[in-house]
Amino acid sequence: MTNKFNTFRTFLAGISLFLALTVVNSPLFSQTHESDSLVSNHVDTVVAEEHHGAEAHPEEGPKKFDAGKLISEHIADAHDWHIMGEGEHSVAVPLPIIVYSSERGLDVFMSSNFSHGHKTYKGYRLKENKIVAVNEMESIDAHEATVNEALTAELYDISITKNTATLFFSLALLLYVMITVAKAYARNPGKAPKGLQSFVEPLIIFIRDDIAKASIGKKYEKFMPYLLTVFFFILINNLLGLIPIIPGGANLTGNIAITMTLAVLTFIITSINGTKHYWMHIVAMPGVPKWVLLLLTPIEILGVFLRPFVLMIRLFANITAGHIIALSFFSLIFIFGEIHTGAGLGVSVVSVAFTVFMGFLEILVAFLQAYVFTLLSSIYFGAAVEDSHHDTHDHDAHVEEAAII
Amino acid sequence: MELVTPAFGLVFWMSITFLTVLLLLKKFAWKPILNMIKEREESIEKALSSAEKAKNEMASLKASNEKILSDAKLERDALLKEARELKESMINEAKGKASAEADKIVAAARETIANEKLAAITELKNQVATLSIEVAEKVLRQSLANDEKQKAYVKQLLDEVKLN
Repeated sequence: MTNKFNTFRTFLAGISLFLALTVVNSPLFSQTHESDSLVSNHVDTVVAEEHHGAEAHPEEGPKKFDAGKLISEHIADAHDWHIMGEGEHSVAVPLPIIVYSSERGLDVFMSSNFSHGHKTYKGYRLKENKIVAVNEMESIDAHEATVNEALTAELYDISITKNTATLFFSLALLLYVMITVAKAYARNPGKAPKGLQSFVEPLIIFIRDDIAKASIGKKYEKFMPYLLTVFFFILINNLLGLIPIIPGGANLTGNIAITMTLAVLTFIITSINGTKHYWMHIVAMPGVPKWVLLLLTPIEILGVFLRPFVLMIRLFANITAGHIIALSFFSLIFIFGEIHTGAGLGVSVVSVAFTVFMGFLEILVAFLQAYVFTLLSSIYFGAAVEDSHHDTHDHDAHVEEAAII
Repeated sequence: MELVTPAFGLVFWMSITFLTVLLLLKKFAWKPILNMIKEREESIEKALSSAEKAKNEMASLKASNEKILSDAKLERDALLKEARELKESMINEAKGKASAEADKIVAAARETIANEKLAAITELKNQVATLSIEVAEKVLRQSLANDEKQKAYVKQLLDEVKLN
């Protein structure tokens, strides 16, 4: 069943990638070249709008709908939490900017000071959602400022971005939920679970029995806190990502920085716990002729780094693909709507229906990817702590089977 | 390209906050939850095994009860049999005793009858003797007058008495 589903999922991912690429491709390439002219166009529009008034905006249609820009903006990080509208009229929650450079020291201020990238503040401006240092220290129009390349290169941007805010929110939620559950256990020990407990408990038992015990063995208890935290962290953020409105909507588990940190943690835990047997199998596989080792050892060493790398890519790609699919279908409405209003309305029916279907699939994927990340991590831990007399073929088969997912 | 370039800020915050939360959850959530689940599983296991034990005990108790019951039944049968035998023997004994008693009574009665008969005969003899003496006296008184007649009468009387 899982295999069938995987084929289906790959097929869908392929379609969505194709869709996304066709929609994203041309604007994305042009965007980088024309970004400055685009922004200046935008400024002209803003100036024009000031003459015509706000109600002139829909009739004017000065900007064409750019699906690629929309999608890449939605799946990328941002310095404010966008809710609705665009440009000057957008409604967004400003987030704190925290930048550090050895030359200027630490600067902390709200992102609203940039007025959506049109102004500089304290010698910084927002350019394509990135903090860029400028030479002018006073607040001036962003397009008149000159970029300080040297300072920008050594800038440490630890701003509370949309993803960071979601990270804090989801971790707080995770803490709150799990400590509530723990208290519930303390309150009625030995009783049947109730409420939130009965949602969390089957998952905990599943992770303990079917993931940790099954793939690590006797030493599973040591890894339980990490596996449980990773599972629920990924699950909560996958689900939060499906909620379009604040506090959801951020593409956190589809962000390479997050998946990289998780994968690196798995890699570190695996390496720290690696037994002599584990490292011997990588450096010099016992029972293999010497000349084969020449070939095998580099592959095994590559595999050590490839495993967390694949972990990182898998989660990132799956969740990002889900977001791209949903946004692509909604973009279709506006692309057709630009051609003809009726066409847009007609397509909207199909788009909404398909997005609802994809939404259900994404809920499944949310669980599935959390499961896969946890399972693969525990398989790697299992391989690291494995006893020397244990049969390794079973594990290798596991790894290969799981790597296909 | 920006999509696949990890942002420094996010990695920074993620590492700090995730590890903090991991430690907090380990101490305040996972340990107590896992311990509680384990404890509960153990108590359920214990309850199940004790239930199994109780079941086995019940079964053995039932078996011993049945044995006691069957023993009691056997004993009852034996007792009944014994009682029946006793009754029969008692009846037989009583019957024997009764018949012996009856024989004895009959014998005694016979003896009594014989004695009575003997007594009656004796009395009769005595009465006959008395009667004969009276008769003889009367005869003697009557026949004293006539000698001839006296002689004839004695003769007649003697003939009569000879009958015995």
